Amino acid sequence: MASTTAHSLTIALAGNPNAGKTTLFNALTGLKQKVANYPGVTVERKTGRWQLNGSGADLIDLPGLYSLDATSLDEQIARNVITGEQKGVRRPDVVVAVVDATNLERNLYLVTQLFDYKVPVVIALTMIDVFEKQDHEINIAKLSQLLKTPVVAINAKSGRGIKELAKEVHNAAEKGESSAPVFSDVDETSGPHAKIFARYSFISKAVQESTRHNDTPKLRISSKIDKVLTHKFFGLVILVAVLLVVFQAIFSWATVPMDLLEQGFGGLSALVKENMPPGILTDLISDGIIAGVGGVVVFLPQILLLFLFISLLEDTGYMARAAFLMDKLMSKVGLHGKAFLPLVSSFACAIPGIMATRTIENKRDRFATIMVAPFMSCSARLPVYTLMIAAFFAGQTIFGFISVAAVLMLAMYALGIAVAVVVAFILKRSVLKAPPPQFLMELPEYRVPNLRTVLQNMFTRAWLFLKRAGTVILAISILLWALMYFPRDLSPTPAADSSTTQAAVVETGGEPVEDVVKESEQLKHSFAGMLGHTIEPVIRPLGFDWKIGVALIASFAAREVLVSTLSIIYNVGKDADAESTTLVAAIRDAKGDDGKPIWTPLTALTLMVFFVLAMQCMSTLAVVRRETNSWIWPIFMFSYMTVIAYTAAFLTYQGGRMLGFE
Amino acid sequence: MKEKMAQQTTLNTLEIGASGRVVAVNGDSRITRRILEMGIIPGVLVKLVKSAPFNDPIEVSVRGYNLAMRRSEAAAIEVAL
Repeated sequence: MASTTAHSLTIALAGNPNAGKTTLFNALTGLKQKVANYPGVTVERKTGRWQLNGSGADLIDLPGLYSLDATSLDEQIARNVITGEQKGVRRPDVVVAVVDATNLERNLYLVTQLFDYKVPVVIALTMIDVFEKQDHEINIAKLSQLLKTPVVAINAKSGRGIKELAKEVHNAAEKGESSAPVFSDVDETSGPHAKIFARYSFISKAVQESTRHNDTPKLRISSKIDKVLTHKFFGLVILVAVLLVVFQAIFSWATVPMDLLEQGFGGLSALVKENMPPGILTDLISDGIIAGVGGVVVFLPQILLLFLFISLLEDTGYMARAAFLMDKLMSKVGLHGKAFLPLVSSFACAIPGIMATRTIENKRDRFATIMVAPFMSCSARLPVYTLMIAAFFAGQTIFGFISVAAVLMLAMYALGIAVAVVVAFILKRSVLKAPPPQFLMELPEYRVPNLRTVLQNMFTRAWLFLKRAGTVILAISILLWALMYFPRDLSPTPAADSSTTQAAVVETGGEPVEDVVKESEQLKHSFAGMLGHTIEPVIRPLGFDWKIGVALIASFAAREVLVSTLSIIYNVGKDADAESTTLVAAIRDAKGDDGKPIWTPLTALTLMVFFVLAMQCMSTLAVVRRETNSWIWPIFMFSYMTVIAYTAAFLTYQGGRMLGFE
Repeated sequence: MKEKMAQQTTLNTLEIGASGRVVAVNGDSRITRRILEMGIIPGVLVKLVKSAPFNDPIEVSVRGYNLAMRRSEAAAIEVAL
């Protein structure tokens, strides 16, 4: 029991991607783990506590790597951790190298690099049951002797070898030195890659002497599955089917908890209103904070589901196949095959899409993907499209049978994709100029996903989103609320109020007429209303008046807020939704000062085009800020998307007018 | 002498299902280094398993695992049939 080490041990976990590192980490630390970023970079830093022979040890999970040569950020960080140069991380006393038995040679390459740093290494051999099932044999004692390093066969799921691993790590820490062979002094005059050759010839020899392979290996299950899943034709069909299932889940299953959350926050907001004395504080809490936080949390079911699918696809090994199938198409635009799934995810919500770009190793490829992800029409744009279509294009057909609504909807999605393609093409040739991305990607064996890893992954990412975006979103929500709330008309005379109502009210959505009108009047005289007036000259050429301007400003909180803001402006009560007939009627009836209708089908189309292309989502900007670790990229994203959106909307409106549409 | 006799080509031109022994990996870029680090070094046996729907990238089997790479990357890998 008694540990002789003076300090608590620090142990690092290193290994190739897909070697079973995460599963082992979860098994060793349980739920006691912390996920954060290394300071200044977006490499994930996972730490936890491992109960090691009675004393606790700090366990650091290094990013999955193939090499320690520091060509990628992950490798650089991993190397810094191992040498003790990484700020805030103690130099590890022992490195546990996770090695996949079914892929020994390549996995051991990283191990020979670890040897060079003279840190004690203990090898945890995973997938040993799979290896033996393939009728191969391995002599672990022999391998250990040849590598001059302890080797322990483990199975994180069943717990096999975990105790022994703890014992070996403990011993290695006490011994404090490594007797393994070192390759750092291999002469490289014979060629630049002599060190790589030396490592592999050492490895090949060790593996040959310690394993016996079945001469006629059975066709591996993975190859059988791949015959279908990466088939030239069926592979693509299945990929589309998989995506359909994901979207079906996001758009139909997620609506149930989303509606519940929406009702919950609405109820909470009302409860605050009822039980607190009326005043600024009450309004701030109920309309500012609760509504603002609610607006973001409502998307959580969707984001969780999307993360669940992404984790599942990653853990089974399908993600790599999707990248394999789509790389040719993606590389035409200058993007990596791995950009495909993040971009497709962005059709549900750009946030998980952007967070999923982490699998793209090259920074420039990754940033280019992040920059175009918000062009994919996300679910928050749907209410806006729905409202516009319901108001001006419902029931119309082309040639008598093609619904205009469907064509428009499809056109909006297509527009987003087309602009994304063009922008990616330009970015990869300008700001993010880089040689065509290297592809070289392992196609790991298919695996039954580990439920725990998948769920843990899902919750970790969702939590990161809440934490990362939450503070910024809360701040901006309060700011937007204040813009719409102040300045307050402190002494409203009920008489004066009601005199203005008569003309203004068309219909209301069930709220008391006076409240609705008061709300609308307040908004008109608020800072947001003034801002709407200020930007009116700018948005006039798009056919928008200041009221639409106010809605545009408010929709920066989240796109779907446009609908509720328009409802307030047109006095129909803020609870009207996109299909509300009263809101649709109010929009159709809205008249400008000159008595002409504000909204025409052309205005509606212009607004839709603007919404496809404009960056009106502070949550996305907050996540981009975190993922790129700079303010420059979110500011750039906001600016260039706004310019594109304005230009496209301008062309739509003015072009439409020139063609004779009003 | 036998080496000379063997027909030599590059990995990207192999037929699907064909294998060869790596003779050299040309170039000195990061990608060359990465190819070598992944275990594709002279002497090792590689097999072209399949190509993706648009004929690129390709799937290569090496040292008992599978690796996807673009044909342009495979062109740097010389193999003897």
